[in-house]
Amino acid sequence: MRATRAIELGTGLFVLLGFSALFFLVTQITNKEIGFGDSSYRLTAGFEQIGGLKAGAPVSMSGVTIGRVESIGYDFTEYKAKVVLRIDGNYDRIPDDSDASIFTAGLLGGQYVGISPGGSETFFKDGDQIDFTQSAIVLENLISKFLFSKAAEQGDAQGKEEGN
Amino acid sequence: MPQRPGAANESCIVRIRGLHYAAGARVIFDGVDLDVERGAVTAIMGPSGTGKTTLLRLITGQIGPDAGELLVDGQDVAGLNRSGLYALRRRMGMLFQNGALLSDFDVFENVAFPLREHTRLPDSLIRNIVLTKLQAVGLRGAADLMPYELSGGMARRVALARAIVMDPEILIYDEPFVGLDPISLGVVLRLIRELNDALGISSIVVSHDVREIAAVADSAYLLSGGRVLASGKPASLTESDLAEVRQFMRGLPDGPVPFHYPAPDYAEQLLGSAPP
Amino acid sequence: MSNLLAELYERMLESLLAVGRYALFTGRLLVETPRSLLRFGLVVHQVHNAGALSLVIIMLSGLFVGMVLGLQGFDLLERFGSEDSLGTAAALGLVKELGPVVTALLFAGRAGTALASELGLMRATDQLSAMEMMAVDPVRRVVMPRFLGGIIAMPLLAAVFSMIGIFGAQLVGVQMMGVDPGQFWSQMRGAVEVDDVMEGVIKSCVFGVACSAIAVYEGFHSLPTAEGVGRATTRTVVISSVVVLLLDYMLTAVML
Repeated sequence: MRATRAIELGTGLFVLLGFSALFFLVTQITNKEIGFGDSSYRLTAGFEQIGGLKAGAPVSMSGVTIGRVESIGYDFTEYKAKVVLRIDGNYDRIPDDSDASIFTAGLLGGQYVGISPGGSETFFKDGDQIDFTQSAIVLENLISKFLFSKAAEQGDAQGKEEGN
Repeated sequence: MPQRPGAANESCIVRIRGLHYAAGARVIFDGVDLDVERGAVTAIMGPSGTGKTTLLRLITGQIGPDAGELLVDGQDVAGLNRSGLYALRRRMGMLFQNGALLSDFDVFENVAFPLREHTRLPDSLIRNIVLTKLQAVGLRGAADLMPYELSGGMARRVALARAIVMDPEILIYDEPFVGLDPISLGVVLRLIRELNDALGISSIVVSHDVREIAAVADSAYLLSGGRVLASGKPASLTESDLAEVRQFMRGLPDGPVPFHYPAPDYAEQLLGSAPP
Repeated sequence: MSNLLAELYERMLESLLAVGRYALFTGRLLVETPRSLLRFGLVVHQVHNAGALSLVIIMLSGLFVGMVLGLQGFDLLERFGSEDSLGTAAALGLVKELGPVVTALLFAGRAGTALASELGLMRATDQLSAMEMMAVDPVRRVVMPRFLGGIIAMPLLAAVFSMIGIFGAQLVGVQMMGVDPGQFWSQMRGAVEVDDVMEGVIKSCVFGVACSAIAVYEGFHSLPTAEGVGRATTRTVVISSVVVLLLDYMLTAVML
């Protein structure tokens, strides 16, 4: 049946509305990042403990996202976790003595890699390794450290009392 | 006229021999022989429930027979695949009992439907054909009405116009006289006869209206109990020797088909000894 | 006892047959799809029927669901001091779950029943038989456009639902409950990924196929009586609802 003008118009408007809604959802409520393009470069970093870090997690400096974790593997020569970071080509002046640490976003958030700049005058190039790293803080270790130090404190205090 | 496949010089456009068909446990046809002559109006009569509509569905290939030969224009209907069947149906026109017009389209579009679906004719040509067919049934002025605005008789005439729009070779009428007032009846009778003769087609009329059939049919078959009870010219059927045929043709309330549905003894039931 | 078992067996057999019939019918519909897209006018008409005419109920429902989400979300998050995450909660809840699922349920109720009853009526008044007799395949002419119309309309309706829902949540959260609008939107942007939106779109597409197939199946195979049409529409809603919720679980489990 030939669609009448009114029906065609109505359907057209509906489809337009639908696609606009879809467009809205995709663009306005997500953190879309236009791809890095060809000017991105890779850095590797070894960590004793990566905690809950996942591929795709952000890499940031001073809170600004400059890249993503590309892949996570294990290095059997150094017996450490080997994390490959892909950095946006616009951020190509990171001093090569900067350090990378794994932080947690918020109280319950995901983990990300934060880079603190060092003082070197030479910069990282594609394929370089970040030498200074700080592992993720694992909650159990923290708790046992806390308990251990508390117990040590008690022991010292008792020792001092007895000593007097 | 193009040579139709299997035409030869068969004088029967529909030939049925030894038809057997059962729906589940119920036997509907138990050896039926039937001929529909080319260019004639053939009536198929019988009491309600004898399977007249089933016969139509067998002829049009909507269902397949359990046994027997069913040839339409020389072709075995049961052996046709889907496209063969559709090709055959394009040469047939069928008028359904209630018209079966498409409720979303107006009269014009309803009649134009087969043309739009099967041909690529331009709108102007379609318009001419549709108006001509509507004129043939006397409803050219009703082209803009919707089906629900039509009376029963008018709806049936529109359905008839739609049935002839593709110039079929066979026209099948399923109970065309049911529920019509005398005037509409007269119109339909006239149309059946005129269309058959003017267009040179063969018509099959399924009905149990004896008087109407007598007025319009060239030959008639009386079906009952899954078999052909009698066949021939309508007049000869009325004069038949068989009691069943006479009862049907003359509309006698009691006879071989009893008035009373089987029941226990009347006196006993009223006086309480037999169960209802 | 053996009678009961026999009946149970019969019922199970029937259900199996029904599932089989559904699957075959849906398979046929999917096979006919490319060809039916060529009759674009028919499809457009049905997209209008299923989609444009459902817009009002979808938009109203989206608004109210969004507003409730705003209220409940705010109440819940306030207990943890995380009201600023209201945007995230509302957006994710709508886009991933409520949008596709509620839209599908509403669709089954409004458009599904319309499809089923239209086809059921055509069946009851011999229109489908008449088409068969006129050598027009009723599945291609009447069923397929309705099927495709539903499939096209569903994801679009779900997107509209989610969009309006987010605005509804914002209306309640920001305008009424005082959540900071900047936080509302920025937290949302930070937490919602394109993948999340795509999950929702995939879900609504699958629901579209399911609801449309069920509606046209029930209508096409309804008994040609008034009661038959009524039953067809009821069954459409019931079966669609259950299937949608079941598929929702399965898809969520797979995609998470």
